[in-house]
Amino acid sequence: MEPVLNVQDLGMNFGGLRALDAVDLDVGKNEIVALIGPNGAGKTTFFNCITGIYAPTEGDVLIFPQGKDRPKRINGLKPNKVTEKGLARTFQNIRLFPNMTVLENVMIGRHCRMRAGILGAVLRGGSTMREERAAVEDSYTILEKIGLDPFVNEFAKNLPYGAQRRLEIARAMATEPFLLLLDEPAAGMNPNETRDLDELIKRIRDEEGISILLIEHDMKLVMSLSDRIFVVDYGRKIAQGTPEEIRNNPAVIKAYLGEETDA
Amino acid sequence: MFLTFPIMVIRVNPVEHIVEWRWRNMLLIGVGSFLLSFVWHYFIRRKELGVQKAEGGGDESIPLIQRILTKKAVYRPTLAVIGILILVFPFLFSLYQTNIMISALIYIMLGLGLNIVVGLAGLLDLGYVAFYAVGAYAYALLNYHFGLSFWMVLPIGAALGATFGILLGFPVLRLRGDYLAIVTLGFGEIIRIVLENWNEFSFGPSGIANIPRPSLFGIDLSVHAATIYIYFIMIGLCLFTIFVVNRLQDSRIGRAWIALREDETACQAMGIDKAKTKLTAFALGATWAGMSGVVFAAKTTFVNPASFTIWESIIILCVVVLGGMGSILGVIAGALVLILMPEYLRAFSEFRMLAFGVLLVVMMVFRPGGLIPNVRRTYKFEGVTEPKKG
Repeated sequence: MEPVLNVQDLGMNFGGLRALDAVDLDVGKNEIVALIGPNGAGKTTFFNCITGIYAPTEGDVLIFPQGKDRPKRINGLKPNKVTEKGLARTFQNIRLFPNMTVLENVMIGRHCRMRAGILGAVLRGGSTMREERAAVEDSYTILEKIGLDPFVNEFAKNLPYGAQRRLEIARAMATEPFLLLLDEPAAGMNPNETRDLDELIKRIRDEEGISILLIEHDMKLVMSLSDRIFVVDYGRKIAQGTPEEIRNNPAVIKAYLGEETDA
Repeated sequence: MFLTFPIMVIRVNPVEHIVEWRWRNMLLIGVGSFLLSFVWHYFIRRKELGVQKAEGGGDESIPLIQRILTKKAVYRPTLAVIGILILVFPFLFSLYQTNIMISALIYIMLGLGLNIVVGLAGLLDLGYVAFYAVGAYAYALLNYHFGLSFWMVLPIGAALGATFGILLGFPVLRLRGDYLAIVTLGFGEIIRIVLENWNEFSFGPSGIANIPRPSLFGIDLSVHAATIYIYFIMIGLCLFTIFVVNRLQDSRIGRAWIALREDETACQAMGIDKAKTKLTAFALGATWAGMSGVVFAAKTTFVNPASFTIWESIIILCVVVLGGMGSILGVIAGALVLILMPEYLRAFSEFRMLAFGVLLVVMMVFRPGGLIPNVRRTYKFEGVTEPKKG
């Protein structure tokens, strides 16, 4: 399979605390990969290392942009550069721009694909206006796909919870990523919303050709969505494989349920 | 009532060694505080009702001013009347009035500049007056040493303001909130103290006098004519500022500023260069301060460091907060209220700070969004995406 992301021996220290220890992970093209593990296992730290919020202490994060045969090393880059390269993420606790409209939130995602500078903004020349109009239309198209178009002019803070989660995905999609990183997209959702999300994520993969790496606690969702699953515990990778393999993996069961005591 | 008892009711008369009991005062305070609390509760009730209405949705939640702005039939004539008023103002009223208006206009410009930094980008800048001082001293010194004219210094002042904005911006890139406020406050004071103590450069606390007023095509004008001239220059500059800020607000850069204000981490994760966005905000904000500084020096014909104290920064900040963060109309209204009111209420000048404080507290309780809160642009989609689907 053609890879899009390859993480090798990723390590992260916070002072004396070893948050990640030699974690390997890879995502293939058009693949949905889940990263699971108990609370505090280092999943979000892993995301933060990939997206440039932290600079990993050791290891390599390689991406394989389309049309280029050589991989690109992205660790140590600023978050905005990583996004420009084509990795977009959502956050575990929703981080929308609450006092901007839904459309504007998505248009912020378009920011790094737009060029207008100060002069362009003041003079409003032809190219700036065209770019602006295209951004509005593109953003609206994305909102339609996600099913948020009725809320276009609503403030993001006034949206229902499930819609806010979906808006985060829409905003990330607006950056034109080839890999979407979702940090607990189903957290706090009811079963209906989770089912919709399941469908939405599959649709993003199939229709947009975006590969997906997600952190999730909802096992039903993980098992139904993922092509492959990686399990981390105490910052170390303890298992990887298809949902079936993971379900029966003794190390995973031990990490989640504790050791069996009966002899 | 009981708290004020010792001061208001008991008065010890030291000459006659008796204690006077002023029961009438107690009654007045009682009635007064009763009425005040009644009014207070009335407004709180009204506010709560308003909130409920807004949550229920509907047209009534749209503020009056917004409705005026969206209706072209009302909007056009209103604008025309205001325009004519602005044009005839200096000929109708005395020189004194025109002068007051000029300072109000200067504050509008300063407010709009600071609005970029505080209102849009959410960077609390308490040293904004430093850029104002840079502009004013740029004109004073360049004119003194090289005889440069007002019109030549105006762009130089703007450029110098922007440069200092970036100079301040670099060290504070990593800071936010309270820390940023403290550093900018320090920066403002540094500029003032340098101007005060570096005698060879800025002539110290005695300042620089005899700065020429702007001339019209090389003709020197009388004081009266020059004031009217400055008035129109300021009107022009304000319109220019409004034009530019308005366009910036609804652009890629403006949106990036607002996103930065809303959530820095998310903003960066969405591909916005945090450092660049912050620096442009500081630079563009400072540009207007630099320009208005030049006009200020030309208007007063005298600059000294005493005009650029921390109080000025705070007043400009109040203009923005009172008017409505991020709202251009709000800032204009805020500047007019805060600068004109004290001038026309000179009789009560002793109570100025008190009134100021009360005004701010009342505003924060009843209209936390400012006099004229900012309203985000809305888009209409009817058939926009239809052709794309097919």
